[in-house]
Amino acid sequence: MSFILAGIFDPYRYQFFTNGVVVATIAGALCGLLGVFVVLRGMSYIGHGLSHAVFGGAAASAVMQLNYFVGAGIWGVASGVIIGRIARRRLIGADAAIGVVTTASFALGLALLNRFGQAKKSIEAVLFGSVLGVRTTDIVAVALVTVLTVVVVVVLYRRLLFATFDPDVAQVSGVKVAWIEALLMVLLSLTILVTMRVIGTLLISALLVIPASVARMTTNSFARMLWISPIVGALSGFLGMNLSYHLDTSASATIILVATAMFIVVYTVSGIRGRSRIAHVHHV
Amino acid sequence: MSGGILVECAHITCAYGATVAVRDAHVTFHSGDFVGIVGPSGSGKTTLLKAILGTVTPQQGHVTKKPGLRMGYVPQVESVDWNFPVTVLEVVAMTRTSRRYFPKISSDERRDALDVLERLGLAGLHNRHIRELSGGQQQRVFVARALFHRPELLVLDEPTSGVDVRTRHEVLHLLADLHDDGVSIVLSTHDLNGLAAHLPRLICMNVDVIADGPPLEVLNSEVLEQTYGAPMEVLVHGGMPLVLEHGQDDVSRRLGGAR
Repeated sequence: MSFILAGIFDPYRYQFFTNGVVVATIAGALCGLLGVFVVLRGMSYIGHGLSHAVFGGAAASAVMQLNYFVGAGIWGVASGVIIGRIARRRLIGADAAIGVVTTASFALGLALLNRFGQAKKSIEAVLFGSVLGVRTTDIVAVALVTVLTVVVVVVLYRRLLFATFDPDVAQVSGVKVAWIEALLMVLLSLTILVTMRVIGTLLISALLVIPASVARMTTNSFARMLWISPIVGALSGFLGMNLSYHLDTSASATIILVATAMFIVVYTVSGIRGRSRIAHVHHV
Repeated sequence: MSGGILVECAHITCAYGATVAVRDAHVTFHSGDFVGIVGPSGSGKTTLLKAILGTVTPQQGHVTKKPGLRMGYVPQVESVDWNFPVTVLEVVAMTRTSRRYFPKISSDERRDALDVLERLGLAGLHNRHIRELSGGQQQRVFVARALFHRPELLVLDEPTSGVDVRTRHEVLHLLADLHDDGVSIVLSTHDLNGLAAHLPRLICMNVDVIADGPPLEVLNSEVLEQTYGAPMEVLVHGGMPLVLEHGQDDVSRRLGGAR
């Protein structure tokens, strides 16, 4: 027994691992919370695109030797606001417009790193995340964005719910829908910015979508989704980090696989429950 | 019945890019009005409603509203995401957003919402998910949400679209009750005989406003042909206009009916 416990706690001897677990757990909760809005607003593609756009900012700040959070932050927030405006204008298909903006930013980031940076190492770290790179500043950053997001969700809860469920009627009822959407984009950009070092550009969108989808399958209440989704995200981050050490696999990939496993279990149970309910109705 | 002006659309023109949806419309809505806007698909009915609500800004002309006018809007039920995770009570309460900062619905709000639901015949359904209701109940939940805002003017977009005859009757009676209680109503509809002909005032439009007045005056062959671009005949039955489309008898014969 003590042998097993010793094995479980073994990686905590390393400060970088402890830092990684803390960031991954908070990041999972944060992505789970914002993911509720991403999923219910049908914005999964925007989350995916935004993470690619932030990659461009990360690359540019690395090349220009700017602080990562300043460079990628400005780039990401600007991209988020631009994406939000494009999505609202509906002049061309929003998906196509988002694809153009974000993949162009991603391509620019790649080119900058190829030309000026330590290409291979930097690209892999940004694409797939790196637990080795997590510092105390990352913990502080992800905690600050989480607190900010929780405050915004609690204070603006009803406006967020109304603007997400029925934006046209919300606007008629006095909700500043454009501001709410811009605020969500800024929070989404900040979330991607502070979680990218652990999760990586390519897999962040999964952490935004999977916990919220799991929560949606377990409840018909918006308020309950806002609790369940962060818990699923945090569990995925915590378990994924620990498993990745023992299985010697990529931390970000393991986190997403844990979340996916939860999705499969809940999806299967929901399906069985649904079928048994239908069978019960037929018997009656 | 009509009182002071609630909304005046003064020669407004609204367009989406190069496509004009509403052209030079001049219509006024008074307190106590019960108005139906009729016209074919793409005739600008919804755009006119949105101009009244302020979600579409006219390119020309202007919309003037009574200062502090409270409006309630009931969208087309087809536009609602029925899988969205909300209960009936949450839908009704969501319109009260000012100075409401926490997820919890206060006891005052809960009492007010339950009162509105009871008034609309939805008592006991407040904890149901919106998908679990019948078509008529779903429509009434969205009317309840609009009423929770305590509107002076209720705007409804196609309130009987896609509902069965019984639900249409329910909706019509509900709107008549609300009108009796002093709520002014403007709605758009495709339903000439089932809904529009029963209203005190109709606006016929097809981008332009073609006629504005009581059904017996505006529902005539000339106005309807101008509005719908197809010949129609109007009979008066029990003091109510009844619109018949030309060619319906021919279609019936070809399909083997109406022998």
